[in-house]
Amino acid sequence: MLRVDIAKQLGDFTLEADFTSEGRVTGLFGASGAGKTSLINMIAGLVKPDRGTIALDGETLDDSAAGVHVSPHRRRIGYVFQDARLFPHLDVRANLDYGRRMNGLADDPAQRQRVIELLDIGGLLDRRPGKLSGGERQRVAFGRALLSKPKLLLLDEPLGALDEDRKREILPYLVRLRDEAGIPMVYVSHDAAELRQLATQIVMLKGGRITAFGGVKVLTP
Amino acid sequence: MLDISPTEWTAILLSLRVATIATLVATPIGIGVAWLLARRDFWGKAFVDALIYLPLVLPPVVTGYLLLLTFGRRGLVGAWLADHLGIVLAFRWTGAALACGVMSFPLLVRPIRLSIEAVDRRLEQAAATLGAAPWRVFLTVTLPLALPGVLAGMVLGFAKAIGEFGATITFVSNIPGETQTISSAIYSLIQTPDGDTAALRLVLVSIFIATAALLASELFARRATQRLHGN
Repeated sequence: MLRVDIAKQLGDFTLEADFTSEGRVTGLFGASGAGKTSLINMIAGLVKPDRGTIALDGETLDDSAAGVHVSPHRRRIGYVFQDARLFPHLDVRANLDYGRRMNGLADDPAQRQRVIELLDIGGLLDRRPGKLSGGERQRVAFGRALLSKPKLLLLDEPLGALDEDRKREILPYLVRLRDEAGIPMVYVSHDAAELRQLATQIVMLKGGRITAFGGVKVLTP
Repeated sequence: MLDISPTEWTAILLSLRVATIATLVATPIGIGVAWLLARRDFWGKAFVDALIYLPLVLPPVVTGYLLLLTFGRRGLVGAWLADHLGIVLAFRWTGAALACGVMSFPLLVRPIRLSIEAVDRRLEQAAATLGAAPWRVFLTVTLPLALPGVLAGMVLGFAKAIGEFGATITFVSNIPGETQTISSAIYSLIQTPDGDTAALRLVLVSIFIATAALLASELFARRATQRLHGN
């Protein structure tokens, strides 16, 4: 369960969000500039809220009143960025293994194999990110985040940088991810169609405020 | 013509040793300082920045004299080092290495700092979300990606250290076999009648070393760039 109740001033822009999500995939919906990325950056711990609390499964990650701010590397929250952000100096295999190494987790070949098959990236393992297509890069980024065994997975418009054909190529993987990986997700998008396919719950954000919350039907105007 | 005498060999080997030690000791310090300047804001940062570049703009003889005042036998740090650790720097080759290290430090730090600044911070954020503590982010992402700049800084620092003259001769004098580097040997030879041929030999040697260093840096940089971006 993810519990968020925060406020953050970003220049002229005020972000205020208060929601509790228990869905498998929480869709964070809104136009660009609505504050979606700032909000999940706060959940990841990359940005510190001015005031408020963030808690995941009962564990407090942020509590401004108590002076609590858990560092991103201690949160065990995976993050798939719009621009993949694979490490250019490591091949795909080392990129996938990075989170396991940094978290000091035991090698888990079965899990790795499952993720590699789920995302169909077995043929890419020896390549460098520079030699991958946009869609391939994004699939590796999913795998890299999953293999760090996060408690929550944040996806910030992971299809945003891809053309329609690539989106159609990736969407089935995301549906499988949702149904098979068993990790709760927060999925950021400004594309209602995408969220209708993936999300189980919607948080609608507009101008830094939550305007609607509920099932995917809130997406229907 | 390139019939190098034992004295000249001694100076050449000493120069190489002094510059190598100076570069090897200065590099980790330089990486730390470059990271601080590139990635951290702290009180007095502008002062630290200026202090590092000081050897570049001060007359070398001034830097050398300040080193002598500080690290000489009766200097504040020098006396302590001699009494407690038995380390004497003044008029020793180790002192020459210190002088070269200080003089080359700004040239070493600058490329490293620029290359750290050029590392995409979003990659560092990604590493943090994957569980990497800040020091591991530095070792596994920032430093490898800044490697071409580190190598460039090392070569530049080494080249400067090989050629350093003013601060070295002021701090550790010009003692054959102990502190007489190529530069000080050339200086002595020029002042000796009939020293021209020998001086010219050492001039050729220093041109050779400098060219080799620059070629090596070019090669390293190309390799590193390939390693980072190619397959």
